[in-house]
Amino acid sequence: MGEAIVITSGKGGVGKTTTTANIGAALAQAGQRVALIDADIGLRNLDVVMGLENRIVYDLVDVVEGFAKLKHALIKDKRFENLYLLPAAQTRDKTAVSPDQMRSLVAEMKEEFDFVLIDCPAGIEQGFKNAVAGSDKAIVVATPEVSSVRDADRIIGLLEAEEKHHPSLIVNRIRPSMVKKGDMMDIDDMIEILAIDLLGVVPDDEFIVVSTNRGEPAVLNQQSKAGEAYRLISRRLLGENVPLMKVEEEGQGLLGRLRKMMGIKG
Amino acid sequence: MFDLFARVFGREDASKEVAKERLRLVLVHDRSSLSPQALESLKNDLLQVISQYLDIDDQGFRVDFSRHDDAMALVANIPIKKKASRNL
Ligand SMILES: Nc1ncnc2c1ncn2[C@@H]1O[C@H](COP(=O)(O)OP(=O)(O)OP(=O)(O)O)[C@@H](O)[C@H]1O
Ligand SMILES: [Mg+2]
Repeated sequence: MGEAIVITSGKGGVGKTTTTANIGAALAQAGQRVALIDADIGLRNLDVVMGLENRIVYDLVDVVEGFAKLKHALIKDKRFENLYLLPAAQTRDKTAVSPDQMRSLVAEMKEEFDFVLIDCPAGIEQGFKNAVAGSDKAIVVATPEVSSVRDADRIIGLLEAEEKHHPSLIVNRIRPSMVKKGDMMDIDDMIEILAIDLLGVVPDDEFIVVSTNRGEPAVLNQQSKAGEAYRLISRRLLGENVPLMKVEEEGQGLLGRLRKMMGIKG
Repeated sequence: MFDLFARVFGREDASKEVAKERLRLVLVHDRSSLSPQALESLKNDLLQVISQYLDIDDQGFRVDFSRHDDAMALVANIPIKKKASRNL
């Protein structure tokens, strides 16, 4: 029996869909059987990020309403045999599905897959409740900005109230040069404020735009820093004790070492 | 040189420090689930109770959340009016 993980954030546009696609691809690359659910009904996007938009026949609402069988709605990935996507409905809204329906759908999918990753819509309303309903664990994505951290805190509060999701944090879009100047919160700052476990750190990476243009997750590219970060995160999800990615500017290790020598926190 | 010094030791005015301070305050409010209106009526109640014992200056009266290390605190600043009789 597999594990269902919801990827959520509160604030929109911080990288939930990017994170879902990349962790999904990295887990599949590692040989896991993975299904992705796009729970953002009405604003589907995971299909285009994965490059699978032309293959959609049925969607999540069709399955929930009994109009299509799950196995007919699941789209097989182009690159990995063991990676599937259940797309969101585009012409319906969040109220088309209930938390109970999501719970039984996710339970059914956990029978067949090692990981079921649920891409949550922004907000804390019905769409969030649906996405969270069937999940065992939660990953909270936040960028190092005041509004994103504030919304993440709200989401963490809601998840912790249910006492079952053990939320962990991915800090996305870190920019080492700004962190170094003191103009961007660093990982320690965010952990201190949000007081949850850190799952990973993903740098701001232009390649994400290229990869979204092409519909190919960044983990497929060995040069992409963000891709490397997502591969590490996936290994941590598999229980490996790999270190976090060092997000540093090229060739600037000296100052960091100097600081460390003097016992100053960067 | 000063720039290097400032970088090594971290700037006080770095905008991330501003961000952290603002976040701390806003999160204390968010987490306390006390609405601004509720905080206002708490203030009024406090003012009323304390006025029964002391002559306080309600202009300077302030009640706010703040953070001390890891704990949250409700801090009240209650200026007491000087007794007129002593103020010759
Ligand atoms: N690490 C990164 N580096 C550079 N760009 C990024 C990174 N992560 C995300 N982005 C970009 O940020 C934008 C928003 O990302 P994404 O769609 O994954 O966010 P989301 O949280 O799913 O948004 P929504 O709330 O609308 O569903 C996209 O244009 C994406 O390419
Ligand atoms: Mg999204």
